[in-house]
Amino acid sequence: MTKVTMTINGKSVEANVEGNTLLSSFLREDRRLTGTHIGCDTSQCGACLVHVNGRAVKSCTMFAAEADGAEVSTIEGQANADGTMNVIQQAFQEHHGLQCGFCTPGMVMTTAALLKDNPKPTETEVRAYLEGNICRCTGYHNIVKAIMAASGQDVSAIAAE
Amino acid sequence: MPKDDGIGAATVRREDVRFLTGAGRYTDDIKTYGEAAAVFARSTVANGVIKSIDTSAAEGMPGVLAIFTGEDFTEVGGNPAGWLINSRDGTPMHEPKRPVLAHGKVRHVGDAYAAVIAETVEQAKNAVEAIEADIEELPAVVNMKDALSGTDYVHDEIGTNQCFDWGWIEDNREATDAAIKGAHHVTTLELVNNRLVPNAMEPRCSMAQYNRANDEYILHTTSQNPHLTRLLISAFVLGIPENKLTVIAPDVGGGFGSKIYHYGEEALVLAAAKKLNRPVKWTADRSESFLTDAHGRDHVTKIELAMDAEGNFLAFRTETYANVGAYLSNFATATPTFLHGTLMAGNYTVPNVYVNVKAVFTNTAPVDAYRGAGRPEATYSLERVIDKAAREIGMDPIALRRQNFIKPDQYPFASAAGLEYDSGNYDALMDRMEEVADVAGFAERRKASEAKGLLRGFGVNAYIEACGIAPSNLVGVLGSRVGLYDAATVRVNATGNLSVMVGAHSHGQGHETAFPQVVAEMLGIDASSIDIVHGDTSKIPFGMGTYGSRSLAVCGSAVVRATEKVINKAKKIAGHMLEASDSDIELKDGMFSVAGTDKSVSFGEVALKAYIPHNFPLEDIEPGLEETAFYDPANFTYPSGAYCCEVELDPETGKVRVDRMTAVDDFGNVINPMIVTGQVHGGLGQGIGQALLENTTYDENGQLLSASYMDYAMPRADDLPFYTVDHSQGNPCTHNPLGVKGCGEAGAIGSPPTVVNAVIDAMQSGGKNVTHIDMPVSPHRVWSAMQNA
Repeated sequence: MTKVTMTINGKSVEANVEGNTLLSSFLREDRRLTGTHIGCDTSQCGACLVHVNGRAVKSCTMFAAEADGAEVSTIEGQANADGTMNVIQQAFQEHHGLQCGFCTPGMVMTTAALLKDNPKPTETEVRAYLEGNICRCTGYHNIVKAIMAASGQDVSAIAAE
Repeated sequence: MPKDDGIGAATVRREDVRFLTGAGRYTDDIKTYGEAAAVFARSTVANGVIKSIDTSAAEGMPGVLAIFTGEDFTEVGGNPAGWLINSRDGTPMHEPKRPVLAHGKVRHVGDAYAAVIAETVEQAKNAVEAIEADIEELPAVVNMKDALSGTDYVHDEIGTNQCFDWGWIEDNREATDAAIKGAHHVTTLELVNNRLVPNAMEPRCSMAQYNRANDEYILHTTSQNPHLTRLLISAFVLGIPENKLTVIAPDVGGGFGSKIYHYGEEALVLAAAKKLNRPVKWTADRSESFLTDAHGRDHVTKIELAMDAEGNFLAFRTETYANVGAYLSNFATATPTFLHGTLMAGNYTVPNVYVNVKAVFTNTAPVDAYRGAGRPEATYSLERVIDKAAREIGMDPIALRRQNFIKPDQYPFASAAGLEYDSGNYDALMDRMEEVADVAGFAERRKASEAKGLLRGFGVNAYIEACGIAPSNLVGVLGSRVGLYDAATVRVNATGNLSVMVGAHSHGQGHETAFPQVVAEMLGIDASSIDIVHGDTSKIPFGMGTYGSRSLAVCGSAVVRATEKVINKAKKIAGHMLEASDSDIELKDGMFSVAGTDKSVSFGEVALKAYIPHNFPLEDIEPGLEETAFYDPANFTYPSGAYCCEVELDPETGKVRVDRMTAVDDFGNVINPMIVTGQVHGGLGQGIGQALLENTTYDENGQLLSASYMDYAMPRADDLPFYTVDHSQGNPCTHNPLGVKGCGEAGAIGSPPTVVNAVIDAMQSGGKNVTHIDMPVSPHRVWSAMQNA
């Protein structure tokens, strides 16, 4: 067991972890932050995406011990301080950018990372950035639309509903 | 309409808030005190005899609590097929036993032969590694035609790999043969409908709890139909009485068919929870999902279209080999037969249809319903052969379809494949499609593509499907062992808000938002005061679940019937309160009034009165305000559509990109257009995925080569375009109270032939006489086809 200290969603956390415990498992099992989902075993689907020190990371690709001293943020920490949904979350709801909800936390966290790097992405840039996040429900149309809307762009020309 | 949102409003989804904030509650998110972990030992060979399983080393490993093998389940039942299909000669299909754990033989890679229960997943995995199984590998049966000609059997006791040889409609066979023999022109096409993995993003997961004090079980599981799962476990597999088993499907991360079925892992965790008197959970890895979730499609088909000299359709004749895998999954025998053969008249007035389907056992994962389930296979065969025929006789593909469409004045229309279509207008759909897709502008767009060195193709498709599954009387005659009604309870609480318990299960379809819109519209109250309860057999009267685009058409109709009963009773109570006859009471905007007077009481006052029945005429009115209805549809519903797409093809590499995709659908009435559009988008994504990317590949030894997201080409955002979706041309269903038809599968049915037709058109425009290409239309296949043309 290794002792780790990290900040998760602004709160300091101390825990003992096995050396082989993945960050994704640590968040879900030890911290009970179950919004971080596990959809594959090859780091392809992106459902477990979180931010570590401000960078988008698939939490199944690093050990919890590697996050010692890090600032980690997860989907549970994304809402505004008063509990209302943030701009990205609101855009996903407004534009029906989710169906079953399983890939959604990863999509929201990826969007936050994208918009930090590129505040006004084009459709092509959005689609390229999502290459590490798989959604099986939406056909991506409304996800791309929601992300462009969250960036403040006018999406009224993008087809229907 | 209610002040917030009733029928027809594009209401944003209330369920989104929990999913967007990480507060969803999927099965694997639920952790109970004392929970142990189950991990399965799975076959690494496709076909083999289990000589021995030595668990002694594993038993002593740290944390191990129990180990199960097939021997432990010889006294219980097996997982049954839901439909009995008879062969053309009248003999019943072969139905091999499907045990909880493999016993005697393993029959596909991933077939579970043992399970370890341990304190942690890691300990269970380590112990599985220590199980010594002596399994003698036998030759694997993988290819369907080899399976039918060879002497290696998936199930030795059956002595053939043919499950059934079905003819539809057998009485049409001779007339169809004669029509083809005498036809002016016959177009023949041989094609493969590629095998797919549904790939719901949430892997399957089951967690069982047992209460020794009262011998009760609770199973949380990833299911599209918890009541059906309970029924199968109770009546066929473990024999647990239904009143001692609660099945809960909490938030479920997609299904697409793969979570309709009962799987052995559910029975295993229940048995283990009882034996250990502890909660036991199993969560699939993605690789386990690839190996063991029911797959979809996998047909090999020859279709012939006969026409007269004017291009009028005279007959469709189809011979299909349908892979059912190593065991019969619950709907596996219905999918290639009644969900496929009955649709083989398409949207057309063709007088003769005959379909022959041979279902074949192979040493591969079970194959069952995947989004569309038989109907994508039917549409693909029809719409590909029609396109080929149009090219052969030099006719415009849209004109040829229009010439043979059923016309609006012909409904109800008895199709040559045995269904009675209730409503539709296929020409209007085609008109609308040509308009919104700007088909007239295609020639200019082709020029622009060619200027970039790319070929541009245009493809079109018309589909019909049978949804709202299904009338119990009809499916009973056809071999179904269940009824396919649904149920709802509308509970009006004393303070005027409502809980509506529904048998449908929402795993992405937005029922929690759409169903309240229906009730709110009927009662004239705000949808925000109505909540839906689903996915828990202890709370809901009954239900057959969600698949076959049935939730709104069937369960929504049950909600309407239950709400009507509530209104009737509420009128009685209002009549009592207003000292008037209930026949004089009118309900409008949430107020009950005496007709022609200004006397009224609100819905809330009536609700309160129902639960505080002072002064009630108890001989006429019971206290309370809660009603249940079961609804069994009179017919299928028949959504239809006209789709088109334009692809750009790079002749240097064979790479195909869908540039424009248009779906115009007739869904009848629409409750929430935002949700309906999203359902079509999702279907299009999966249909384009089938056409361009996805393929499930086994090698000759039965090893699954495409068993991860590194190998199976899931569509990603940059593989797909924005779509144009239109459902303005609705012709209401004539036999359900909402006039709705079902929208969940349309996109996956309509898009694959559209894309392939466009690819053929692109290659033809480049001077290459390629008349067919199989899905997935990969760059390699396109390039090779063009080199060889």
